[in-house]
Order: sequence, then C-alpha cells, then structure tokens
Amino acid sequence: MTRPVPGAEAIDPDVDLHVPAQAAEPQAPVLAAVAAGGALGAAARYGLALLWPAGAGAFPWATFWTNAAGCALIGVLMVLVGEGGRTAHPLVRPFLGVGVLGGFTTFSTYAVDVVRLLDEGRGGLALGYAGATVAAALAAVTAAARLTRGAVRGRVRAGVRPRAGGPGRGRGR
Amino acid sequence: MNWLLVLLGGAVGAPLRYLTDRAVQARHDSVFPWGTFTVNAVGSLVLGALTGALLAGGASSRVGLLLGTGVCGALTTYSTFSYETLRLAERGRWLPAAANVAASVLVGLGAAALGWRVARLLVAG
Repeated sequence: MTRPVPGAEAIDPDVDLHVPAQAAEPQAPVLAAVAAGGALGAAARYGLALLWPAGAGAFPWATFWTNAAGCALIGVLMVLVGEGGRTAHPLVRPFLGVGVLGGFTTFSTYAVDVVRLLDEGRGGLALGYAGATVAAALAAVTAAARLTRGAVRGRVRAGVRPRAGGPGRGRGR
Repeated sequence: MNWLLVLLGGAVGAPLRYLTDRAVQARHDSVFPWGTFTVNAVGSLVLGALTGALLAGGASSRVGLLLGTGVCGALTTYSTFSYETLRLAERGRWLPAAANVAASVLVGLGAAALGWRVARLLVAG
C-alpha cells in the first residue's frame, strides 16, 4: 500500500502515488488525455520508422533516435511541470508525459530489435545497440533536465517569476 | 488503415501502462519503480512472441501494427524508465538506480527472447 507523502516529488513520471495530487487525480479525464497522447506518440514513432526503415542486420536508427529524443523531452517536461514546487494544468503530465512521450518511446521494440539482431548472427551489433541506447537515453534525460533547471533558475534570477523553491544542483551549463 | 491501427493501439497501450503502474504501486510501496519495470517486461514478452509469430507466418502484419507497434510500443516506455533512473541517482539512491537499469535491460531482453522462441516453436510445431 503506497501512501501519499505531502511535498513528495515524483520518481515515476507516469504516476507516483507518493505525490498526493497524483494519487487523487480523477481517472476519466486523465485516461482520456493519456489515450489521446499515446495515439499521437505511437503514430509519430510509426512515421519515423516508415521514413527510416531498418534493414535486416542493420542498426535500428529510427528506434534509437526516437528513444533518445523522447528521453530528452521527458527531462525538459518533468522539470517544468513536476519539480521545485512548479505545477501545470493537471492534464499536461498525463497528455504529454504519460501519453505522447510514453507512446513515442518504446522499450519492447528496443528489446525485440536486440533479439532480432542476435537471431541474424549480428552479436556485436546487438550488444552495441543494446548499450548505446541505454547510454544515449540516460545522457539525454540528464543533460535535458540540467539545462532546463538552469534555464528556469536564470528566469527566476531575472525576476520573471517568483522562486518556486527547492535547491538545484549545478548551473546547467 | 495502417495508421488507424497504430493510433488505436497507442490509445490502448498508454492508458494500460498508466493503470498497471497505479495498480502495482497501490499494492507495493517501494522507491524502486516496479510499475514501469512490469509493463516493460510484459510488453517485451508480448512483442517478442508477436514478432516470432509474424516471422513464422502465424500472424498478419495488421495484427503486428495494432498489437505490436501500437499497443506494445505504447505500453512500454524508455522515457519513463530513463527519468526514474535519473531521479533515483539524483537522490543518492545509486543502488536502485543501477538495479533499475540492469534489471530492466536484462529482464526485457530475456522476456523478448523467450516470447520469440516460444512463438516460433508453437507456430512451426
């Protein structure tokens, strides 16, 4: 049983029941926003795969860049809507984060592409793809979150909006 | 028609991830992101089976677009996985962060390989 903790910040960006507002969020509008976003995200991923098809035994570049870009964008989004006491419209995170970015990025296609490359006798490439995706995803989310925090702090210092609280780390750039 | 199948699958897969995540967290209070880990493992298993069946001629490409590209693609996520890992690391929880990466990748790949093998055996046999 997960209890909401006042003031808690989400670890899971999809939904974190430690965050009181997310534990109590109304399910019907949230599910509708997630479904609409998921349809758009999946279609965008499909479009990229059609534009940039991976041939047999080749590095799956479309999925690689889809996942790297989606990880960078979730870093930007979650800093803007979920950190330092900042809030946004309650359907922004469900639509853009859970729906669009969650539907755009994919773990299953990544896993199956590694298995497919192994099946095609491309063991080295499979290992390289498996590792490169993890490295790119973590680097992308880290860099994007830090840059966004730095930009937000710059705006706060310039007096654009009141300080939202929460000490940051690093200056982002 | 193909686009419609992907749109429809995405509209089902993403809410399924949200609901599964809530259900897992409601039963299990942990700093480790079990909800996302679960959807990624299950989605990889299903997509592995579907791909194995497609290659063995046991499934149509339309089923692949609806259930594979649409549902499994949107059910599973890399963005959520990466942000969770970042948050755990930033809070100094390095062990859960590292365990999340290692377990998600190893279990995801293992599940995809298992689904693939079983489907090919079933369809071929």
